[in-house]
Amino acid sequence: MQPIHLAGVDYAILFIYFAFILVVGWILKRYMKGSADFFLSGRSIPAWVTGLAFLSANLGAQEVIGMAASGAQYGIMTSHFYWVGAIPAMVFLAIFMMPFYYGSKARSVPEYLKMRFDEKTRGFNAISFAVMTVFSSGISMHVFALLLGKLMNWDYNVCIIVSAAIVLVYIFLGGLTSAIYNEVLQFFLIVLGFAPLVFLALKGVGGWGALKEKLIPVATSQGFAPGTWTDSWQHLGSPTDNPMGVGWFGMVAGLGFVLSFGYWCTDFLVVQRAMAAKSMSAARRTPLIAAVPKMLFPALVILPGMIGIAMYQAGDHFLPFLDNDPAKGIDYNMTIPMLLVKYFPAGMLGVGFTALMASFMSGMAGNVTAFNTVWTYDIYQSYIAPGKSDSHYLWMGRAATVGGIVLSIGTAYWASQSGNIMNLLQLVFSFVNAPLFATFLLGMFWRRATGHGAFFGLLGGTIGAALFHGISLAVGAAPGIKGAWIAKEYLFRSNMGQNFWIAIVAWTTCFVLTILISLMTRRNKTDEQLKGLVYSLTPKLETGHEPWYKRPVTIGILVLAAAMVLNIIFW
Amino acid sequence: MNFDLRLPIGIMFSLLGAILVVFGLVTRGGDMYAAHSLGININFWWGLVLLVFGILMLLGAALARNKRNGK
Repeated sequence: MQPIHLAGVDYAILFIYFAFILVVGWILKRYMKGSADFFLSGRSIPAWVTGLAFLSANLGAQEVIGMAASGAQYGIMTSHFYWVGAIPAMVFLAIFMMPFYYGSKARSVPEYLKMRFDEKTRGFNAISFAVMTVFSSGISMHVFALLLGKLMNWDYNVCIIVSAAIVLVYIFLGGLTSAIYNEVLQFFLIVLGFAPLVFLALKGVGGWGALKEKLIPVATSQGFAPGTWTDSWQHLGSPTDNPMGVGWFGMVAGLGFVLSFGYWCTDFLVVQRAMAAKSMSAARRTPLIAAVPKMLFPALVILPGMIGIAMYQAGDHFLPFLDNDPAKGIDYNMTIPMLLVKYFPAGMLGVGFTALMASFMSGMAGNVTAFNTVWTYDIYQSYIAPGKSDSHYLWMGRAATVGGIVLSIGTAYWASQSGNIMNLLQLVFSFVNAPLFATFLLGMFWRRATGHGAFFGLLGGTIGAALFHGISLAVGAAPGIKGAWIAKEYLFRSNMGQNFWIAIVAWTTCFVLTILISLMTRRNKTDEQLKGLVYSLTPKLETGHEPWYKRPVTIGILVLAAAMVLNIIFW
Repeated sequence: MNFDLRLPIGIMFSLLGAILVVFGLVTRGGDMYAAHSLGININFWWGLVLLVFGILMLLGAALARNKRNGK
C-alpha cells in the first residue's frame, strides 16, 4: 500500500496539539506542591473532568483501531464490549464500590486491599499491577510505532522516542492532573475528529438502511444468517451462529460479569481517575458521567468498521491485505486509517490523525500515572523506604515517571525482538486479572472474609485460570500458547469464547476458595477496623439533599435503562 | 484547582476551527477537496463547528470566572 502523505496544514494541527499538552503540563507544575497533588490531583477535580478522563484512559489507540476492526469482522455484536461489557460494571462501581474506595481515603486500589485484608494481598496486587502497566504501555508503544511506520513511513525509533518524550515531560511536570486534563482533550478530539468521518462514511454507503442491505452478503458469504452483522443478540443462541464464536451465557457471564467488573471496578488505571474527584459525590458520579458517552461510542468506533466491510464486500477494495499478502486476508486494523484517507482532505485528515495520536498518548499516560502511584505508595513507601518526608515521595513520583517510561521503551524494543515472550506475558497477566473481582466483591460485602482467604483465593483463581487454559483450545489453533498444553479437553469455537470461559472458571475458583479458606481461618480485622471498608459496617450515604441529577442511584438507573433501550433497538 | 480546563480546550479548538475554516475557504476551488468528501467542503463546515465549540468553552470559562470573582 501507498504511504499516506500529510500536508503542511496537517502537521500544523498535530504540532498545535503537542504544544498545548506541553503548555498545560507546564502551567500545572506550580500546583504540584505535595505528593497528594502529584498522585491524586489533590482530590480537587470536578466530576465532568474525571468522568471524561475515566472514559478516555481506557480508550487507547489500540482500542479505537481494534474496535473498528472487530466491527468489520463481527458486526454490531462488538457493541457488547460497551453495552454488556462496561455499562453495568460502571454503574455498580459508582453506586456500591466508590463509597469504599473514596471514603476509606485509600490512595490506590492495592492500598484498599491492605486496609481491608492484609499486606500480602496488597503486595501481590501492587507488584503484579506495576509490572503489567509497564508492559502494556510498552506493548502499545510498539504496536503504535509499527502502525505509524506502515501508514506514513515514519521511522520506528523516532515514533517511540518522540511520543515517550512528550508523555514524560507533561506527566513529570503536572502529574495525574496533567494526564487527566490531556485525557479530556483527547476525548473531545476523538469525538469531534471521528463524528464527521462517520457522517461522511454513512452518507457514502447510502445510509443505515443501505448499510444493513450491504451487510447481508457479508454474513451469508461466511455461512451465517443474513442479519448477523446488524443484530446484536439474535444470533447468540449458539457459538456456531455468529462470527465471534460465543454463546449468550459466555457473553453475559464471561464478558458482562467477570471480565467487565474485574476491569472497570478494580483496575487502578480507571479507578484512579475517580479517586481524584473533589468530593464523594463527584467520585460516585465519575463512572456514571463516563457511561453516557461510553454507550454511544459504538457509533463512533464500531460503525466505521461495519461500513468499511460493507463497502469492501460491494466491490470497493480500499482495504489492504495483511502484510500485502492476499493469502492472509484483509488487514482489518487498517479500516479506520483507510477511511480517514478516503473521506478526509488535508486539514480534516490532520484532525483525524491528531485524534489517533492523542488516544495513543493518553492511553500511555494513563498507564504511567497508575504505575508511578502504585510504585511510590504501595511498593517504595511500604517496602523500600517508609517514613520519609512528603517531598521525598513527590521526588520519587517524578523519578518513577522517568523510570516507568524508560522501562516501557525497553519493553517496546523487547516486543519488537520477541513477540512470543510478549504473548506469553500477556497471557499470564490475564490469568492474574481474571479472579480479582471475586476478592473485591467478598471483601466489600462479607465482613467474614479474611486476609488468608483473599490471598490464597486470588492465587487459586490465577492457577485455576492457567489450568483451564491448559485443557481448552479454540478450533483450528495449535496446542501450546493458545491452550491445551496439558490435554485437549474442551474445544471452543473461537479464542474469544475460550477467554470468556477461562475468566468464568478463574472467578468461580477464587470466589469458592476465598469463602472456604475464610471460614477456616480466624478473622484478622475487627468490625471496628473494617468500618468504612465493608458494606454492612459502613453508615449509608445520605444523598437526599442533592438534586435528582446528582444522586448516583437515580442517574445509575437512568443509565441502565438507556443501555437497555439501545440493546432492544439493535436486538 | 484554579486552573479551568475549559480555557485550554476553548483556545485549542477555536484555533483548530479557525485554521480549518480559512483552509477550507482558500482551497474550495481545488477539486480534490470537495470531490473527496462527497461534494461537501468538510474543512470549512466542520471547522465552523470546532470554532463554535471552542468559543462556547471559552464562554463557559469566562462565566465561571465572573461568578468566582463576584462572590
